[in-house]
Amino acid sequence: MSQRGIVFYLHVHQPWRLRDYSVFDIASDHHYFANDHLDGSNEAVMQKVAQKSYRPMNALLKKLLDKHPDFKVSLSITGTFIEQAQQWAPDVIESFKELVDTGRVEIVGETYYHSLAFFYSRDEFEHQVEKHAKLIHDVFGVTPTSFRNTELAYNDELGKWAESAGYKAVLAEGWDSVLGWRSPNYPYRPAGTKATSLLLKNYRLSDDIAFRFSNKGWSEWPLKSETYDAWANEATSDAPLLNLFMDYETFGEHQWSDTGVFEFFEEFIGRWHEREGNTFYTVTEAAAALEPVDEVSMPETVTWADSERDLTAWLGNSMQREAMSYLYALESRVMHSGDEQLIYDWRRLTTSDHAYYMCTKWFNDGDVHAYFSPYDSPYDAFIYFLNAIRDLRYRTMIHGVFDG
Amino acid sequence: MKLLMLGWELPPHNSGGLGVACYHMAKALAAKGTDIDFVVPYSAGHKEIDFMTIHSTSRRIPGGKYSLGAYDHMSIDGMRKAQKQYVRHVEKIIQANPKKHEVIHAHDWLTVEAGIRAKELTGAPLIVHIHATEFDRAGGTRGNPLVHEIEEQGLLMADKIIAVSNITKWMIVKRYQIPANKIEVVHNAIDVSSMPEVNQDIETYRYLRWLQDDGYTVVSAVTRFTIQKGLLQLLRGFAKATTRYDKLVLLLVGDGEQRDELIRASAELEIADKVFFTGFVRGRKWRDAYGLSDVFVMSSISEPFGLTALEAAHHSNALIISKQSGVGEVLANILRYDFWDERKLADQIVAVASSSALRDELRNNIGREYARLNWRDVAQSCIQLYDGLRRGVAA
Repeated sequence: MSQRGIVFYLHVHQPWRLRDYSVFDIASDHHYFANDHLDGSNEAVMQKVAQKSYRPMNALLKKLLDKHPDFKVSLSITGTFIEQAQQWAPDVIESFKELVDTGRVEIVGETYYHSLAFFYSRDEFEHQVEKHAKLIHDVFGVTPTSFRNTELAYNDELGKWAESAGYKAVLAEGWDSVLGWRSPNYPYRPAGTKATSLLLKNYRLSDDIAFRFSNKGWSEWPLKSETYDAWANEATSDAPLLNLFMDYETFGEHQWSDTGVFEFFEEFIGRWHEREGNTFYTVTEAAAALEPVDEVSMPETVTWADSERDLTAWLGNSMQREAMSYLYALESRVMHSGDEQLIYDWRRLTTSDHAYYMCTKWFNDGDVHAYFSPYDSPYDAFIYFLNAIRDLRYRTMIHGVFDG
Repeated sequence: MKLLMLGWELPPHNSGGLGVACYHMAKALAAKGTDIDFVVPYSAGHKEIDFMTIHSTSRRIPGGKYSLGAYDHMSIDGMRKAQKQYVRHVEKIIQANPKKHEVIHAHDWLTVEAGIRAKELTGAPLIVHIHATEFDRAGGTRGNPLVHEIEEQGLLMADKIIAVSNITKWMIVKRYQIPANKIEVVHNAIDVSSMPEVNQDIETYRYLRWLQDDGYTVVSAVTRFTIQKGLLQLLRGFAKATTRYDKLVLLLVGDGEQRDELIRASAELEIADKVFFTGFVRGRKWRDAYGLSDVFVMSSISEPFGLTALEAAHHSNALIISKQSGVGEVLANILRYDFWDERKLADQIVAVASSSALRDELRNNIGREYARLNWRDVAQSCIQLYDGLRRGVAA
């Protein structure tokens, strides 16, 4: 095997966070989202992350693309991110365009609203995927040819759907209990498909950067680029592919600039080139260049989250399940209202982050610090969401839409 | 380890949380091999206590049934008299056995004079354990200047201070200018085995039970009716909640100088038919109030700890706790609000009443959480402090 390629894939997302939407707002104030200029509002978060992550990382990616002709990146960028960046950090959108314009940055398809609609409403899911593809085309002039579902939530159904929708590749977690002895460093074929490839995240090497990089309690801290380069080469000593998938905000936000994560990444990309035959692929290129070695079946949904790799962070407790079932129960009434603002507000509530903020499992482990949320507690997150649902019901009612 | 512990009350002769905390702390310390002389200012039998020696400093009969509070039932003059007697008796205990005690552990301003005197006589290090400051008792004002002065004296003379929460620690730092590194936070705990049984008598609150069967949610507070507890704000928040959700009742368990004011306020807010006053209750009526309640609110303006919240958790209540209450520092599965934020409180009451998912998650999760707080850990923290101080003294 002469060539080994890294698929370096970053996920870019910001949700429309809810404000402290009170029971006293229901039926009188329909503004659910935190859009004032207060600290913690959507605008404030966008400004902060743009400064710490989007601007410096895009500059670094551009520099690396200019310097190394075979360096390639894949990005998924949610609709809710693009809406907010267009409003509050338009230069960030411009810098993403510059990356895409190099022709070596692929945009991966997904749901516009970063939702779990696949598990609740196929109609809504497909609508959100189409809406996302249209937005990506409008903003970047390209059309996605590969797909990732929210939180890499994948099962066999999704693999089949991706093939039927014409995608060349779909992304998932390379989870041991699914792969068994098999390695994530090869492309696979989703069970029951013929024309789509399944690219699986190498979570060990991905999480070394995404989660462990600045952890001083980690035996490998501080991680040097030569060490990491050696690991990457070892992982691909007889395999063709290294899938490094992570949140974009790893760079500068989850791992702050002062941890040296930018310098580390730049050095690593340089080192990777030193070995002959080492290259990069975008997601779709990897699918085109490499023949799947085996079929992989995931009857149960697997995600890239937590040690369980399931959806329990989103749907694990009764508040989360109730919130989502209330939300999707309103779908047909909302759609029949014909009220565009109402439909838009409903869709922004499908963003999975809302359910994530209601997660209590870390509370029960006594590990409150593992928990990331703009709210005081998961219970508060539920209260604001529930109040928004009640207001949505009220709005569908005044439209006279009682039943789809 | 031989300990002189200076307290003011022990169950069943207690009027509040201080006696409960002292009892469990001493019991857990004794279980770890500590030899304790425990001093109380009254004479009464403590038949169940065989793990330490109890010394009485007077022949007074304990208890005042009017009040749930630890020490607000006595006039300051009566209190001063009792305290002076207490000091004299502690002197006698020490004179009888001058070299015995290695550490002196004094609880609250009530016993700090005796603690200081004991330190003088024995040379042993003094720990002052603060369960409540005069600022807490006075609802944020300076309170009684004499009490304040005695308290301050104790904080200055202590070799180490134990505060029952971070709230209390920072109160001591800010209001008394005590260096933060002199203060250790040791949160109180709960002894699940000593809690009353959860199963309840449905007859105790028959009418409320009937309302509950009809879909009403019972919100409760079990407390002393005094300004520190934020009950007027609770009433107003509850009244706001009823404008959005009708099937709510508020059960106010306890008594105190604010009672009449609260009754008047509930009428002025036009919610009098939804507010139930039980008066001071003990035993089954007390237990069944928790058992009946769906949602327990701790509305305190200033609450060093707040043991009743753990009792409510034991009875599977969903907890709404003001951010000014120390117990909130050790619990994750609760709703929090600022005591003055009546709108937020109303929001939380409506949400818990109207969503069974929220209510069940809160109840189930707090049920798993509260029992982790145990007195063994409290005793361990105390012993570490004792050992540290003794090493310091030896050096």
